Amino acid sequence: MNLGQAIIEALESVSSNKLRSSLTILGIVIGVGAVIAMLAVGNGAQETITGSISGIGSNLLFVFRGNQTEELSHVEPLTLQDANALLDQFQAPSVDKVAPILSDNLQVTYGGEKTNPTVYGVTSSYKDVRNYSMSEGEFITDEQNLGRASVVLIGVDVADKLFGRRDGLVGETIRVEGQPFRITGVLVSKGGGSFGSEDNVIMVPFSTAQARLMRRNRDSVDTIFVSVLEPELMKQASDEISQILRERHRTSIGADDFTVFSQDDFVATAKTITGVLTIFLGGIAGISLLVGGIGIMNIMLVSVTERTREIGLRKALGARKKDILIQFLTESSLLSLLGGIIGIGLGWLIAFIVGRIAVASGTPFNPVVGVDAIILATVFSTAVGLFFGIYPANRAANLQPVEALRYE
Amino acid sequence: MTDNVIHVNELRKIYKIGEIEVHALDGVSFSIERGEVISIMGPSGSGKSTLMNLLGCLDHPTDGSYILDDEEVSELDDDQLAGIRNRKVGFVFQSFNLLPRATALANVELPMRYAGQVPDRRKRASEALESVGLADRVHHRPTELSGGQQQRVAIARALVNNPSILMADEPTGNLDSKSGKEIMELLLNLNKEMGTTLIIVTHDPRISEQTQRIIRLVDGKIAEAAA
Repeated sequence: MNLGQAIIEALESVSSNKLRSSLTILGIVIGVGAVIAMLAVGNGAQETITGSISGIGSNLLFVFRGNQTEELSHVEPLTLQDANALLDQFQAPSVDKVAPILSDNLQVTYGGEKTNPTVYGVTSSYKDVRNYSMSEGEFITDEQNLGRASVVLIGVDVADKLFGRRDGLVGETIRVEGQPFRITGVLVSKGGGSFGSEDNVIMVPFSTAQARLMRRNRDSVDTIFVSVLEPELMKQASDEISQILRERHRTSIGADDFTVFSQDDFVATAKTITGVLTIFLGGIAGISLLVGGIGIMNIMLVSVTERTREIGLRKALGARKKDILIQFLTESSLLSLLGGIIGIGLGWLIAFIVGRIAVASGTPFNPVVGVDAIILATVFSTAVGLFFGIYPANRAANLQPVEALRYE
Repeated sequence: MTDNVIHVNELRKIYKIGEIEVHALDGVSFSIERGEVISIMGPSGSGKSTLMNLLGCLDHPTDGSYILDDEEVSELDDDQLAGIRNRKVGFVFQSFNLLPRATALANVELPMRYAGQVPDRRKRASEALESVGLADRVHHRPTELSGGQQQRVAIARALVNNPSILMADEPTGNLDSKSGKEIMELLLNLNKEMGTTLIIVTHDPRISEQTQRIIRLVDGKIAEAAA
């Protein structure tokens, strides 16, 4: 019996018991749909996150306190002096600008309105390092920094929240932790970013933050942003920075108490995280596919029992083991393949709806249904049908014709 | 030398039920000539079903030899037996055993599906249905046919591969006496026209008296093999 006939017979058999077939297929539909949707959401999340990280700037390095991989007994904080040392033209020729920052979430009020943005204490170089521009006013100057001026720059989210408008704000006074600050500039919107919204921020002079808003030990800083002269010099700059800080902190080799991160490192980390997330989600979805497969096995076993006489007859008419095996395997694969095809559609739909909901709630997020996911789901669902069909089909094929014919 | 389509020698079938051995067939020997019409009779438990299963190549004998159409079949494996059944044996069952969802034509085509490449499959199936008088019922399903008509479809199916022997197991058992009579007539006519050896398993003397020879089984042995 050739495969074409086997498929036609399987189709006849599947369609002769429509309710049962569709319920069986439903298990696979849900399984495949869940796998497709989860992979799409995972891929979409990955693209969104890596995309937003890529917006940070390709020539930017971050220096943090502490070590991500080693357990250290003593961690020296990063200080202003560390930041200044990185400007050494001889020890760090690849470094362009250095911007130490302090940051914290503080309460900001204006009139009756209040909000909790991220407050940055920055120096004048932060503007160039992070590529900020001003929609009005001026960025924080060195003079303001030296004089610990009570001035503040605000992001558009904060402007919206406190004033309900984005212009004509220079000269207004807002309170940060109860202390008055005069607005000297409004930042141009940067959109959503990897560190929360980059618009829900305010910036004050570094020295002001240090003296009045964020108490830190001595001259310690939270993060040092370093811009590198050329993107090609990233690795070199990273090495130079590490060398300087190692000398200053007198750390032993392999026990750095600081971490130098680039955009690529962030992307790699984010990819690892979203990758794990995708596998995790896909794995859970895969379990439902497994359950669907067991449903197929169950129905095929019932079908084999029901059709014992038919199997006996077919054998009496000359069907070999192989013929019966193919007949039932074709039927189970067909069931799961049908389920797989419908499931791909369902998964696509779910991914689309998730994307729409995300966009509606303000997160630019585009789930990606890849060709690889479709092929994977088709192959996998058919394989599930084959695998879970093997046992019932074998049982059918091994029936003895005499006993099968006698079966009532 | 006579032309024997079947030659059976000391054929035995022993079933083991737990510790007990049941000698369902206890060494039977006989021959059947090509074109003969034979009936196998015996009370229940006499081994006539076992003998039919062995002659129809549905089961393996425990011991003894069975030559069907010049081929020793007692030592063949399951798949080889399936091939023999497909080519050399036609079955007619008491309960017809048609595929309920398939048309008469598709039912008759079924043995050819398992025979490999058969040209003009559809044409041969329709001819077979015509020869049993069902030319106008080709596209009907079993549920749309009377018992007698269903049995005719089964006979067409049994003959479509031109078998050497036709095994009929109580072919009229589920039919009223009129259709039963018609079916017997049809079987005997086909035997005359096509020369296919006909073996009928029955307990009905009115059937067996229409055959040329009766093999009577008692306790797994042949009691009488008279003409």
